[in-house]
Parts: sequence; structure tokens; C-alpha cells
Amino acid sequence: MTTKQYDLSKLKGLNKSMYLNFNQENKANRSGYGDALVTLGKRNKNVWVCCADLTDSTKVDKFAKTFPNRFVEMGVAEQNLVTVGAGLAAVGKIPFVSSYAAFCPGRCWEQIRTTICYNNQNVKVIGAHAGVSVGPDGATHQALEEIATMRSLPNMIVIVPSDYTQTKKATAAIAKFKGPAYMRFGRTSTPQFTTKQTPFQIGKANILKQGKDVALIATGALTYEALRAAAILQEQGINAMVIDNPSIKPLDKKTILKAAKKCRHIITIEEAQVTGGLGGAITEFLSETHPTKVTRIGMPDCYGESGDPQELLKHFGFTGESIARKARKLCKK
Amino acid sequence: MSNKFKRLTSIRDLKLMADVIREDIIISLREAKSGHSAGPLGMADILTALYFNILKHNPKKPNDKNRDRFILSNGHTCPVLYATMANAGYFKKSELLTLRKLGSRLQGHPHRAALPGIETTSGPLGCGLSQAAGMALVFKREKTKQKVFSIVSDGEQNEGNHWEAVLFAAKEKLSNIIAITDRNYIQIDGNTEDVMPLDSLKKKYLAFNWNVIEINGNNMQQLISTLKKARNNKDKPLMIIAKTLPGKGVSFMEGDYRWHGKPPNKDEAQAALNDLHKKECLERGDWYHLHQKLKPIHKKIKRSKK
Repeated sequence: MTTKQYDLSKLKGLNKSMYLNFNQENKANRSGYGDALVTLGKRNKNVWVCCADLTDSTKVDKFAKTFPNRFVEMGVAEQNLVTVGAGLAAVGKIPFVSSYAAFCPGRCWEQIRTTICYNNQNVKVIGAHAGVSVGPDGATHQALEEIATMRSLPNMIVIVPSDYTQTKKATAAIAKFKGPAYMRFGRTSTPQFTTKQTPFQIGKANILKQGKDVALIATGALTYEALRAAAILQEQGINAMVIDNPSIKPLDKKTILKAAKKCRHIITIEEAQVTGGLGGAITEFLSETHPTKVTRIGMPDCYGESGDPQELLKHFGFTGESIARKARKLCKK
Repeated sequence: MSNKFKRLTSIRDLKLMADVIREDIIISLREAKSGHSAGPLGMADILTALYFNILKHNPKKPNDKNRDRFILSNGHTCPVLYATMANAGYFKKSELLTLRKLGSRLQGHPHRAALPGIETTSGPLGCGLSQAAGMALVFKREKTKQKVFSIVSDGEQNEGNHWEAVLFAAKEKLSNIIAITDRNYIQIDGNTEDVMPLDSLKKKYLAFNWNVIEINGNNMQQLISTLKKARNNKDKPLMIIAKTLPGKGVSFMEGDYRWHGKPPNKDEAQAALNDLHKKECLERGDWYHLHQKLKPIHKKIKRSKK
């Protein structure tokens, strides 16, 4: 399936200080994670990686080969994966525990709660293959709920990077952050649009494009679809603000409030259940501080299914076209 | 590292300390008015052996890098951990009276961030051995000498997480793990062999490629000699199946699963302390036969509850 190409560099109001570049090849965020780990491993001898029988597909294979003494193969045992991680952290290590998000944190929420979060151990939980874009494996493997389940845990931070380069930065940032962290990403290769110069900070959202009619606040690879939606809306005379929001917890309240004050409508976009994720976090915050109408794009309390990733994204309304349609409807009201 | 408190070397002194710890358990539970009685009393000898003879630790420097690690996986038995730590000098004994109260460092289930010397938060079962394995793996790969001791209850071995850790420790040949099963044959709903049979635990661990030793966990002599030898354990992780008598030392609690999760009331506490003072607890005979004798009584109690 092909999608219509828009020249995103022609978007009006692009934030120059974001140093975006739309002429890059597609890459998977998980590769960004794997590549960053090798760099981190060289710099910091306390970085360890544990994996539950998914070494290649979570892209920790390079780390495993480079630092075999700091790599731990856990087998298909996610409860043990995170609790061994808590043990490693208890003696000063910075363990990255990786699996598919459906299994970790999907299977081991209580262990993460007690032995990592309440215990305040410096463990980095990595959920790969999240979202419907996992594709043909179907709903069992398409984690959609873990942003909510991780976000509700005190001490835990939740990061969903948008592209390969940002994933590299996010991996380094959560390693530096002292405390439990959850980072999630999808399976497929997705467009790269950030560069080395693009800022990334835990707790910070980036305004990629200024606008005034509607604010599109997205997280993960769907941020690119939000930019595509803005291009479609631009053709229709609607000026959308686009915010890249990788840090779901802590939330960049200042930037969200700025968007709410400037735009009449807010649309949140995430490849996750609409309950409790990015949309949940933003509606909670705005309803207490600056009541704003928020439309949440995400999974509407249902499971995914098998299919081609692009087909599924279209089917469940995650494409730029679908986002633009919703935005247009709101702006017309 | 050297131990900065008086290490007890004679079996007589260790036994006396275990009884002091039992008294402190009763007193703190009475004051808390909730909590678990039977398990802590049964484990008092093991904890005494560890903290007053076996472990390399320093109550004045609880974060010393070179200390042995002790992971209490069955966190609900923490009254015995607190009483032992207080007697070892981690904090004042008077603090035992704050158990389970608002603002206390002695949480109802032990919490690492609350009290120095607690290696990990526990309570939700089946996670202790995994954390012990994580620590032991680092010590092994970095070739440092610390040992990791972990007590797990028998009931908690219903948990899948625990057996994931058993597989893992065997795979990594973590011979620096010295795990102790508090084999007291009780859990909340009754006898372990009725709720979810575990026997033969020994055969299970052997099949999982562990070293296994079975001992009487209320026999101080056996505990000390076994744990001393355990420091030289090689090639495989070690499981010491320590058969203990729940409620040990208090006649009306001994072997009775109904005391798993409740504290003594005022009169019961007084009676328990009288028992402990009288030292009626010593040499009750073989634990297993006692357990068998108690089985029909358990059934009767169950029926009368219905």
C-alpha cells in the first residue's frame, strides 16, 4: 500500500530551531535503541542488557556481541526478566530489560510496580513491537495498554520516541536519568525527520510547526503522520500546530498549556488505547488547568487484528489523511 | 569486611538470642494489632544464625559494598527480620513498637527505601529469588566475593516467577546463591500439601540442577554448620530446605496454620511470652511427625469454620 507523499519541508510555520530534515531514509526506532546501546555500553560499564528470547528483534544483538559479559539471556520469562533487572540495579547496574511490549511490561506489571518502581530501582523497561503496526502477528502481540499501565506507577517515567534518531537520544537520556523508566516503540521502519541537532529532553515536548486553528499533539512514529495531516490541512486553509510529545510522563505542561491557549481544538495522537495514554494525560492536565476540547485519536477501547502494518494504520484511523479529516470537522464546527 | 557487632559463636548464645527475637516478635505484633505470627516465630532460628554468625554485614554501615546480601522474599514474615535487625544493632529496639503504624520505618511488608539494611521491598510473593539472582550474577561475573542469601517460603513456591528464577540461577550456575526454603507446611488457606502440593521439593530442586540440603531449621547446631559449609558451595546454586515449626516456641501457635496471618491478642501475647520464658519450645521432637499429628486437627478446624 502506498500513501500520498507531501513535501513536508514546504509546511508553513516549521520551527527552524528543530532542525528537521525530511530527506532521510526510513528506519526502525528499535534500531535506534540497539545502536544507542552499543555507544552507551562503551561509555558506561554499568550498562547491562537483559532480553527474553527476542535478542535480534529487539535489536540488542549488537550489544550482546560487543559486551557478552554484560548481556543476559533470560529465556521466555518476563517476570524473571524484570525482577532480575531489579537485582542488577540493586548492586549499581543500569539494566535495560527488553522484550515485546505485549509481554514486558504486559505480563509483569506487578513485578515492575513492586520491585522496580516502589523499590525505586534504576531499571529501564523497554517495550518493543508496540501498537497495531506490529501487523500480521495480530492483536495478541499489539501492545496498546502499557502507556496507561506504566504511567500510573509512581517513580516511573514514560518515553515514546518518534523516530530513529530520537530513539537514540532517548536511550541515552533514560540511561542518564536515575530511576525507573519505560520506553516503547513499534516494529516497522518509519520516516526519520529529526536530526542530530533536534533537541530532546525528558519532560519536554517540541513544537515542530506553529499553527493556530488546531493543535496536533502526537507521540511515537505517528508524529510523522501528524505532520502529514498538517500538510493536508494546509491545502485546505487550516493552520495546524504540530507538537512532538515523546515524554508522556513527565508531561511538558508548559508547552501543552501554550497550545491550548493558542488553538481552539486539541487532537492527541497515539498508537495506543485512548484511555490513560497520551490523550489521557493531556485531558487530565487540561481539565484541571485550562478546560479545552480534546479529541483523542488512538484505539477506541478495542483490540487490533492481523494485517499489513500500513493497512492497519489506515483501518484504525492513524494516517495523516484520517487525522486531517477529524481536524477539519472540528475546525468547521 | 569485619562485623562491627558482637558475633555470637556458641550455640547456647545463639539459641538464647533466637528466643529474645521471638519475644520481640510477639511484643511488636501485639502492639501492631495485625500481622503474621507463625512464620516469623518459626524462622527466628534461621535469621539468628544468619545475622549473628553467618552474614558479613555491618549494622552501622548498611550500604557497605562488600556486605553479603540477604533477601527476604516472603516479606510478610518481616516481624522476624525487624526483631533480628534491631537486636543486631540496625536500629533501637523501641522502634519495634512502631511496626505497621503510620510514619513507621517498619512497614507492614519490608520496604527498601524506608529502612537502611532492607535489601529489597518484598511482600508480593515469588520475586525474591530473581532479585537475589540478579545480584549474584553481577558478583559472579565481576568475580567479587559477596554471597547472596535468600529466604523463600514454601507457599510462595506456588508462584511461577519463583521457578523462572530457579531455572535462571541454575543456567548461570550461581553457586554464590544460598537460598533457604522456610518449609513449615502452612499457607493462608491451610496445609501446603492440600492447597498446592510441593513435595518432594528436594527432588524438584535436584531436577532443576541445584544443590540441595535438607535440615531442621529450628536446630541451631545444624543451621550453623550447614550455613558455614554453604559459603563454600560450588558449581550450582544451593537450596537449603529448612523444615521449621510454624509458631515455634509458643505452644498454642505451633503447627497451627490459623496463626499464619494474625497477631496475638493481649491474653494470648501474655501466654506466648510465658511460654517463651519457660523455654517450652525446645526439643519438640521431629517436626514432620508433629505436622502429621496436627493434620486431623486442621481438618476439624476447617469443618467447624464451615
